[in-house]
Amino acid sequence: MTIALSIQNISRSFGGVRAVHECSFEIQAGSITGLIGPNGAGKTTLFNMVAGLFPPDDGRIEFYGQDITGLPAHKLFQLGIVRTFQIPHEFARMTVLDNLMLVPGDQSGENLLAAWTLWRRVRRQERTIRRRAEDVLEFLNLTHLRDELAGNLSGGQKKLLELGRTMMTEPKLVLLDEPAAGVNRTLLGTLNEIIERLNREQGYTFCVVEHDMAMVRRLCDPVIVMAEGTLLTQGTMDEIMANEQVLEAYLGRGAAEDMI
Amino acid sequence: MELTGLIAYVIFFLSLAGVYALLALGLNVQWGYTGMLNIGIAAFFAVGAYTSAILTSPPTAVPGGFGLPIPVGLISAMLVAGVLALFIGLITLNLRTDYLAIASIGIAEIVRLFLKNEEWLTNGVRGMSGIPKPFSGLVPGADALLFLGVVVALVLLVYWANQRAYGSPWGRVLRAIREKEVAASAMGKYTLLFRLQAFVYGSCIMGLAGAVYAHFVGFISPEAFDPLFATFLVWVMLIAGGSGNNRGAILGAVAIWTVWSLTEFLTTRIATEHFSLSQLAAMRVFMIGLLLQVILLLRPQGILPEVPPKPIRDADK
Repeated sequence: MTIALSIQNISRSFGGVRAVHECSFEIQAGSITGLIGPNGAGKTTLFNMVAGLFPPDDGRIEFYGQDITGLPAHKLFQLGIVRTFQIPHEFARMTVLDNLMLVPGDQSGENLLAAWTLWRRVRRQERTIRRRAEDVLEFLNLTHLRDELAGNLSGGQKKLLELGRTMMTEPKLVLLDEPAAGVNRTLLGTLNEIIERLNREQGYTFCVVEHDMAMVRRLCDPVIVMAEGTLLTQGTMDEIMANEQVLEAYLGRGAAEDMI
Repeated sequence: MELTGLIAYVIFFLSLAGVYALLALGLNVQWGYTGMLNIGIAAFFAVGAYTSAILTSPPTAVPGGFGLPIPVGLISAMLVAGVLALFIGLITLNLRTDYLAIASIGIAEIVRLFLKNEEWLTNGVRGMSGIPKPFSGLVPGADALLFLGVVVALVLLVYWANQRAYGSPWGRVLRAIREKEVAASAMGKYTLLFRLQAFVYGSCIMGLAGAVYAHFVGFISPEAFDPLFATFLVWVMLIAGGSGNNRGAILGAVAIWTVWSLTEFLTTRIATEHFSLSQLAAMRVFMIGLLLQVILLLRPQGILPEVPPKPIRDADK
């Protein structure tokens, strides 16, 4: 098994709060790894450090053996790390199609001088990108919304669109920040299916921060549990559920039955 | 005689409207495309005007120029305004929108004070006169019309450049930055670089507008670049016309310039008996401000709202 992401002893404080403290774990290539833990466990902080929003105070992050600690978001994207957002970050006053067409790197038309002088080449490239975006829309069943402004989509459709953006590249690791938040049951089924298919058919590696335990149970293996800023334990969902420490930290005594 | 007077006035009016159209097109790239609040338009406008004036004025003029051809002046005006924007951009673009706005006000003030005080270069408050006007004496009586032709050509050229930029992947990144910058950088775009480019490009156009203005009026002084005329009016024009829409920018420039000229007519020809001149000047500003409020309340997207580019079709034929 190849290790895609390796978190090594990273820490981060905000003022006097130790959000993440000496946390270490690894994510295997080709897995759908769940990251769970009670509120305040440091999941989001950790997630944001991996996604390049801010660097850790201490420790190291490696991606396929390469040190990526503190690299900014756009550099991480170029290495193949793509993220989605908990609250959908769609480009509201752009069409659904443009939301997707934005994504691919190496677009010659992103150079203004080329856009003015090499219009034919830019257009050729645009056609290829458009076709790819239309394939993604078809995969997501959003074809009918192609020319709609993304801001007019429903919450769940925006989540799908975010997932669609990751499909406009060849991501080596997709970070999903609470994909189920604000999504209705029916659409959640679709979302699960899409994530599973991308993992199985395209070989995507996922890291999923999620509070919806049904979703984690269905998708994730292994599951990593964080508490108080550090790794508590990891294993399959069943192992996690059987772990006394987890039940205590995560749910408090007596709540385990609700969870299952 | 009446008719020639009217035609001369229309040509004069349209030429100035063209200068404002250029300013609004420049601002459209910064605000309409990218969402950057530049409240220092006057600085780039003035720098463009002074650059071209200094380079093209004859050595005999006060404070003495270089006597270069006017096209050289226009291109240099764009370059110098662009370099100023690059310099400012490198310092301020890390700032969030509202802070950039504050910083740009400060920078515009610095530029204004510089022009006012560095007499060796700009002749200070007395201003620079004798800036060469193109076509003078070429065809008697037609020089103003020829000048208007050049202004219109420049507006069309910039319109074309803006349109193509808007529909290109470059413009798409700018719009994405405007909508959600974090997401744009999560999608691999080096947003700082794109914002810097948009800021410099827009400022170059403002510099060009300044140069055109200088050669049109033939005399410039720091007073001509008062933030009221050179910044505030341009904002009203873009918002009224439609941010993000280049036709809207041009339409807004012409429409607001018309209103502005009408208020001058109203205040100076009609109401002089009851009010002092300074009161009337303030009243004009008040009327434009009121108009802005009305537009923002009734039609915030402007007369011509932004239209997202059409998806590219399969074949060019």
